[in-house]
Amino acid sequence: MSMLSFERKYRVRGGTLVGGDLFDFWVGPFYVGFFGVSTAFFALLGTALIMWGAALGPTWNPWQISIAPPDLSYGLALAPMKAGGIWQVVTVCALGAFVSWALREVEICRKLGMGYHVPIAFGFAIFAYFSLVVIRPILMGAWGHGFPYGILSHLDWVSNTGYQYLHFHYNPAHMIAISFFFTTAFALSLHGSLILSAANPQKGEPVKTAEHENMFFRDTIGYSIGSLGIHRLGLFLALSAVFWSAVCIIISGPFWTHGWPEWWGWWLNLPIWR
Amino acid sequence: MPEYQNIFTRTQVHAPAYSLPLPATDDPREGKAFIVYWLGKIGDAQVGPIYLGWLGTLSLAFGLIAFEIIGFNMWASVDWSVREFVRQLPWLALEPPSPAYGLRLPPLNQGGWWLMAGFFLTLSILLWWVRTYKRAVSLGMGTHVPWAFAAAIWLYLVLGFFRPLLMGSWGEAVPFGLFPHLDWTAAFSIRYGNLFYNPFHMLSIVFLYGSALLFAMHAGTILAVSRFGGDREVEQIVDRGTASERAALFWRWTMGFNATMESIHRWAWWFAVLTPLTGGIGILLTGTVVDNWYLWGMKHGIVPSYPQVFPHVVDPSLLPGAPK
Repeated sequence: MSMLSFERKYRVRGGTLVGGDLFDFWVGPFYVGFFGVSTAFFALLGTALIMWGAALGPTWNPWQISIAPPDLSYGLALAPMKAGGIWQVVTVCALGAFVSWALREVEICRKLGMGYHVPIAFGFAIFAYFSLVVIRPILMGAWGHGFPYGILSHLDWVSNTGYQYLHFHYNPAHMIAISFFFTTAFALSLHGSLILSAANPQKGEPVKTAEHENMFFRDTIGYSIGSLGIHRLGLFLALSAVFWSAVCIIISGPFWTHGWPEWWGWWLNLPIWR
Repeated sequence: MPEYQNIFTRTQVHAPAYSLPLPATDDPREGKAFIVYWLGKIGDAQVGPIYLGWLGTLSLAFGLIAFEIIGFNMWASVDWSVREFVRQLPWLALEPPSPAYGLRLPPLNQGGWWLMAGFFLTLSILLWWVRTYKRAVSLGMGTHVPWAFAAAIWLYLVLGFFRPLLMGSWGEAVPFGLFPHLDWTAAFSIRYGNLFYNPFHMLSIVFLYGSALLFAMHAGTILAVSRFGGDREVEQIVDRGTASERAALFWRWTMGFNATMESIHRWAWWFAVLTPLTGGIGILLTGTVVDNWYLWGMKHGIVPSYPQVFPHVVDPSLLPGAPK
C-alpha cells in the first residue's frame, strides 16, 4: 500500500459533500470521492477531445498543436465540432474538471479537519481561467475571443491580444497584477530562504527557532511579519496577482477599446494642473 | 466556519521585546521596539529595532544618491517645474547614453548621469547583499537569503551591465522611469522578434507563475493547519506533529504526491530563484547569440501554423537587404 507510516489513522470515513459513503475510498495515494469520479470523467473526455482535435489538425508536434475556438462569425452560438466545437466542449470539460477538483479538495479538507484556504485559493485560478474563456468572450459577443489551447498558440494569442491595445504594459490592472506576481516571487524567496536558513544553520550551530527568524528580518529591515503572518501575506499576494490578471483582461475590450497608453490621458488632464 | 480560517489575529498578546546576542565585532542595534496594533492584526505587531552597521548606512546612502540623481534629472527634464514634475512623473526618464557613445563615458547630460546613477545603485545593492550575508552569519543561520538575493542581482546586472557590455554599448541598457522602462521592454521584445519565443523567457514565466502557485498552495496549507500549530514550521521540521501530517496528507490525497515541511521550502526557494536566473539567461542571449526569437522558433519547429484568413504578407525581416 502506498501509505505513509502515519497515514492509516487519518484514513477515516466521512466529510463527503455528496454521495455519502459510496465513493468514500482511496486508489493508491489518491482520495476518490464523488468529485474524484467527476474530475476523472471531465479530464479524460477533455483530453480525448484535444487528441481528436490534434488528429484533425496539420501536426503532431506538441509545440504546434492548437485547438482553436470558433470563428468570430459564430458569435455566442455552438459551433460544429470541427470548426471550434471541440474547443467549446474542451472548455466545458476543463471547467468541470477544475471545479470538481476544488470540491474534492474541500472534501479532503473536511476529512482532515483543515481550513478551506487551498480550495478557495484554487477558486481564484479557476476564476481567472473562467474570465478568459467565458466572461470576456460573452462580453465581447463571440466565443472566438477565447484563447486557443496550444503551447505556442496561446502565447501568440497573448501577444496579438496585447498589441490590439497597442501596449498592454500601460493597462493599469496589468501593472498591478505584474507587481503582485513579482512581489509574490520575492516574498516566496525570502520565506523559503528564511526557513531553510533556520533549519540548516552554520556548521556546529543548533537548529534555529522562530526567534532567530524574527531577529534576522528585524536586523535587516527593521520588521519581521512573523511565522503566521508571512503565510497570510503570501496567500494575499498570490491571490491578488491572479485576481488582477483576471481584471486586466476583462477590462480590455469590453470596457476599453483604445490603446492602453491613451487611457492615462485622464491623469494629464486633471483640473488640478490648470 | 469563518473563525476557523485564521485570516486575522483576534487576540493580540504582547510579550516584552527579546533580543538575541550578536558577535562582539558587530555594532549595537539601533532604536527601540514599538507596537503597531494594525500590523498585529495580520502578523507580528513589533517594529524595530534594526541593525544598521556601516554596510547598511553606506548602502542606504548610495541608494539615496542614485535616487536623487534620477529624481533631479527627471525634474530638470521638465525645466524644474514642480507641477509638471508631479504631472508627468510616470512618463519621465533618466535615459542611458545613445549608442554612438558605445562603452565610453558620455557627457553628464548625454547619459553620464544615467551611468552614475547605475553605478551608485549597483554599489548600494551589492553592499546590501553583503549586509544580508553578514546578518545571517552573525545569528548563526544559513546563508539562503543572500544566495536567493544574488539571483535577483544577476538579472539586474544582466539588464544594466553584462548585456550592454557584450553588445558594446551602454545604450542597450534599461532607462530609469516608470513608463519608460515598460517602453524599453516592449521595444526589446519587438526588436528581437517576440520574446515569447525565447525558451528562457518561457522558463522564467513558468517559474514566476509557479512561484505564485506554490506560495498560494503552501500559504493556504499552513493557514489551513494553523489551528494545529502548522505555522511553527521549523519545529515541525525537526519534530513532525499532526499539522505536518495533515498538510502532507492533504496533498498526497489530492495529487498523489506531497512535500515535507522542509522540502516545500526547497521547492519554494528554487522556483523563486529560477525566475530571475532563467530570465537573466534569456536576456543575455538576446541580441548577442540570437537576433530574432521568432525565426529561431521557426528553425527549431515550434511555431504553430494557422489557417490563411488574410492575404499573404511577406515578413519584412526576410526580404533581401533587411538588417541581419
